Amino acid sequence: MMDWLKALPNLQPYGDPQYFVYLVVLLMPIVIAMFFGKRLKWYESIISLIFIVLMFAGTHWQQFIALCAYIIWQIIIVFSYAAYRKKADNKWIFYGAVFLDILPLAIVKLTPALTMGKSSIIGFLGISYLMFRSVGMLMETRDGVLKEFTFNQFLRFMLFMPTISSGPIDRFRRFTADYEQVPDRTRYLNMLEKAVYYLFLGFLYKFILSYIFGSLLLPNVEHMALARGGLINLPTIGVMYVYGFDLFFDFAGYSLFAVAISYIMGIETPMNFNKPFLAKNLKDFWNRWHMSLSFWFRDFVFMRLVMVFMRHKIFKNRNVTSGVVYVLNMTIMGFWHGVTWYYVSYGIFHGLGMVINDWWLRYKRRHKEQLPKNKFTEMLAIFITFNVVMLSFLLFSGFLDKLWFHNY
Amino acid sequence: MNVKEAVLNIINELFMADVSNMMDDDLFDAGVLDSMGTVELVLELEAKFNIKIPVSEMGRDDWNTANKIIEGVKELQNV
Repeated sequence: MMDWLKALPNLQPYGDPQYFVYLVVLLMPIVIAMFFGKRLKWYESIISLIFIVLMFAGTHWQQFIALCAYIIWQIIIVFSYAAYRKKADNKWIFYGAVFLDILPLAIVKLTPALTMGKSSIIGFLGISYLMFRSVGMLMETRDGVLKEFTFNQFLRFMLFMPTISSGPIDRFRRFTADYEQVPDRTRYLNMLEKAVYYLFLGFLYKFILSYIFGSLLLPNVEHMALARGGLINLPTIGVMYVYGFDLFFDFAGYSLFAVAISYIMGIETPMNFNKPFLAKNLKDFWNRWHMSLSFWFRDFVFMRLVMVFMRHKIFKNRNVTSGVVYVLNMTIMGFWHGVTWYYVSYGIFHGLGMVINDWWLRYKRRHKEQLPKNKFTEMLAIFITFNVVMLSFLLFSGFLDKLWFHNY
Repeated sequence: MNVKEAVLNIINELFMADVSNMMDDDLFDAGVLDSMGTVELVLELEAKFNIKIPVSEMGRDDWNTANKIIEGVKELQNV
């Protein structure tokens, strides 16, 4: 039955320069129509569908079935909850809906940990990013700020082609407002100009810099570090920086592509990175690194947990509350990356880092007069933050799992 | 006490910041508000004005200045 899908060539999003040629050619009619103030809704849907199908074609065909099943699951949950919310607002029904929404992803994340690395058959590329979008909708529906939405609007938002595989994570109300209103010509030309710039910056990041760090340098330093062995050695410090830069250029490059293609389609998808290595402290770092994810966690995990803790007066002290929630928030994020010791400790590391950072910021505020503040202290702050972040990426990379426990 | 005074008082008490001469400044950029502070402010405003403020409403684009917060409170009072 699925032979047609197996026979099609697989096309990974932004995987190679050819992908961009197909994309730009097929997007041309959309650009021309946008220029004349029209949105080609049907054409856009068909093009999106083609690219999504090709993303899961060939050997990935099972993921396509998983995607379809997942979308049906999401439709049932989100629309049932929205219908329920019009009549009543029981918090347990809300928690239940969120639980069911997250359940498939939780299964996908837990399966490799429980089955020695096998991946779940219900998983597919981009499942978490779909979950983020729909959980956001559930939360806003509960809050009453999201009342009416149609089936088409829901599908369009969930399956928006440029960002389907790895974000940036948009919000339903922002996305739909963009979609319903075609930007005027000046604004659209401005967006196109940015799109071209982002595309070329993305090429530099992903196909040149990430290639140098990830494909040329990283295997060599890893090899050297493993040959030395031990708990820590000089080449491992090399792995730390090389991996960190590769991670940034690879993901920032991908995000630039996703934002650029969104802009071409007249949607101002939020940016994901803003010079993260110039952050002055960890809090600042999370306002610059994978922003659409950290903002999602801030709005839908951190703030909601703080709200629950403060409403029920779990802790008397506000700093204890924020500290506990920082650690919880970041640990959950660690689990989301994957159920392995290094992802989870990466999360805990950042949670504790935020607690220390918060304590330091309070200390600084109390001792404003005594503490020096100049260009040098600012550089020092950036230097320290950069190295703390790089250290956390060494954890995140999983390389220590190879070095210490020989898990290849 | 009117809404404006009450809101300014709450901000003053919670964050030790007098924002009466920067009513249209972004309070997040000014370092007065952060996510933690936002929740504290919501809880105080809810108690003071006997209203319900949805957390999603309290976004960084909608309630980011003193004037917008005051407007928001007034709107919710009339619901």
